[in-house]
Amino acid sequence: MNVTIVDYQSGNISSVINSFTEVAKAKVNLEVTSDLKKIKSSDKIVLPGQGSFKSCVDSLNSINGLVDTIKEFAIINKKPLLGICVGLQMFADVGYEEAETKGLGWISGKVSKIDNQNGKFKLPHIGWNEIEIQKESKIYKDIKNKSHMYFVHSYEFIPKDKSVISATTNYSSKIVCSVERDNLFGTQFHPEKSDQIGLKIIDNFLKL
Amino acid sequence: MLKNRIIPCLDVKNGRVVKGINFIELKDAGDPVEQAKIYSDGGADEICFLDITASNENRDTIIDIVRKTAKECFVPLTVGGGVRSLQNITDLLLAGADKVSINTAAVKNIGFVKEASKKFGSQCIVVAIDVKKVSENKWEVFTHGGRNKTGINAVEFAKEVEVNGAGEILLTSMDKDGTKSGYDVDLLKAISKSTNIPVIASGGVGTLDHFYDGIVKGGASAVLAASIFHYGEFTIKDTKEYLKSKDIPVRL
Repeated sequence: MNVTIVDYQSGNISSVINSFTEVAKAKVNLEVTSDLKKIKSSDKIVLPGQGSFKSCVDSLNSINGLVDTIKEFAIINKKPLLGICVGLQMFADVGYEEAETKGLGWISGKVSKIDNQNGKFKLPHIGWNEIEIQKESKIYKDIKNKSHMYFVHSYEFIPKDKSVISATTNYSSKIVCSVERDNLFGTQFHPEKSDQIGLKIIDNFLKL
Repeated sequence: MLKNRIIPCLDVKNGRVVKGINFIELKDAGDPVEQAKIYSDGGADEICFLDITASNENRDTIIDIVRKTAKECFVPLTVGGGVRSLQNITDLLLAGADKVSINTAAVKNIGFVKEASKKFGSQCIVVAIDVKKVSENKWEVFTHGGRNKTGINAVEFAKEVEVNGAGEILLTSMDKDGTKSGYDVDLLKAISKSTNIPVIASGGVGTLDHFYDGIVKGGASAVLAASIFHYGEFTIKDTKEYLKSKDIPVRL
């Protein structure tokens, strides 16, 4: 199996590479690239994302043909894609970090700043929080409800269609922490930084 | 509910873990990669490396340690010490660090914090502030591993780093560091109340209730300690079980 981690200069992806390498071992051929041909011929792709919504969208758009290629992969050919953090947020129609920025528009909704109730809650939402699983999800196979995952973000994805939400977490309010629709997966938390339980999620994705 | 983080800190000098008292008198405490692995397996919520030689020489040593650690530890890894250019940050992140902590360079030029957080995102920029108490409820910022006084008020500086995009503040009381007499709770309270970003308490832990005080009385989001863990007095698990018994939310 060929899995590609899309490297579009979206900030630090070393941890994503390390964790996927650890889980993939000899079973999976892992590529880290923005090469369109390699992405097209992959079985699965991972879309990481760090920094702001705007900077990630801008980086994605700066590579000629990349957005169309991953759209063809995930939306038209319906092959598995996992978005992590801003990688998930970019599924939305629009994001409001830095400036109003158009997203990929794959799952209708917006990405806006977490309401921290006038400073009652610190932002970024950094650290370990429990996930509350909302629907059966392939990437949560053998993952217990209320498992701890590592988060670091100030913005949240608010999808219009709530049925895509596979888990939420409680902070200043209920925050969407993962979505799933057919072959499309996204986590707001960082499975690559969530210890053994996070590696299990990566394993579940690789085993799809 | 968000859990309070327990962070073991490994002060690294020339490739070895050391721990001093009030920033001097260093003692050897082992191999950093091995130690990090033990902490990660033991339930540490993050691992922090501070390269205390880095201000001058041997930068490659810490890069190598980070690279090896990142391949074995799958919890967030913060690295600090001598970070003063965007290139330093790039090198550490590429080696596998998740966050970098900036100390002296932030005081010299706050614009560097702004530039770094814009380029890499606030999520990976921690500003480490070393302070000493100068009078009742007044603290001053020190730099260069605590050697240089700056005349800068710690509370004002903390607000400034937040405005310039820092994602977290790692706050060390130099009066308390290595003394095992507990965090400077008044300092923690002053900084955590005047900022909206998470504050990591550092300097002074000697008993488990010091962690409790840091979180409950000081308002810290995370608590960091070094020697209490290195010399095996308490494990991460002991700490978490103790805190849980006192109704503090922790990841167990």
